[in-house]
Amino acid sequence: MIRILLFAHIKEMVGKEEIVLSEQQMSVRQLRERLQHEYHLPIVSSLLIAVNEQFATDDHMIYAGDVVALIPPVSGG
Amino acid sequence: MFAIVRDPIHVASVIESVMDRNAGAIVTFLGTVRELTNGKKTVYLQYEAYESMAQKQLRRIGEEIVARFPQAKVAIVHRIGRLDVTDIAVAIAVSTPHRADAYEANRYAIERVKEIVPIWKKEHWEDGEMWIGNQKETVRYDQGAPEGEEE
Repeated sequence: MIRILLFAHIKEMVGKEEIVLSEQQMSVRQLRERLQHEYHLPIVSSLLIAVNEQFATDDHMIYAGDVVALIPPVSGG
Repeated sequence: MFAIVRDPIHVASVIESVMDRNAGAIVTFLGTVRELTNGKKTVYLQYEAYESMAQKQLRRIGEEIVARFPQAKVAIVHRIGRLDVTDIAVAIAVSTPHRADAYEANRYAIERVKEIVPIWKKEHWEDGEMWIGNQKETVRYDQGAPEGEEE
């Protein structure tokens, strides 16, 4: 099980705070493809992916138990 | 002091946390909620954070500054939730032995906050609202991470 946390406009588009996938493992790239197909997020390419609170590149592997977050361009400050 | 808070930021305690006997300067930056952005009138802002990661990233900015200015002391506090015009959204204090370093380090800190800390703001106007940051794909992350980030 992989938890995916959603924030800001992504949370509003999907209509929930998190998505849970039953996969045992997947790459960040596979996650992006899955999100694009299943949730029709138009901006998947501009999202950063954090795995366990660290930014991860597309080749990074995600395993069951990891906490993933979709990070849209930030606007703090 | 590196914190994400919901209540008004107590600026004096942010400054006190960087006081040091070897400091000759403390530069303090306050980011405040502006009423007009591109001619649009903001009624209030809503800030949201991935709090646990945001706090780690604030701490990381502090470490980056100390790597460059070993005698620097850094404090960054960002407020989230609903903020009204003139409210303080972020307070950054940096102390160093000499003022030039404190100014430079403080400027660096706010620029990094805007790059690597997972905090988002939504502008609420009289006739609408929008998450800033943004949906227009004006920001892209070709490296899979903001500049200076490594996996």
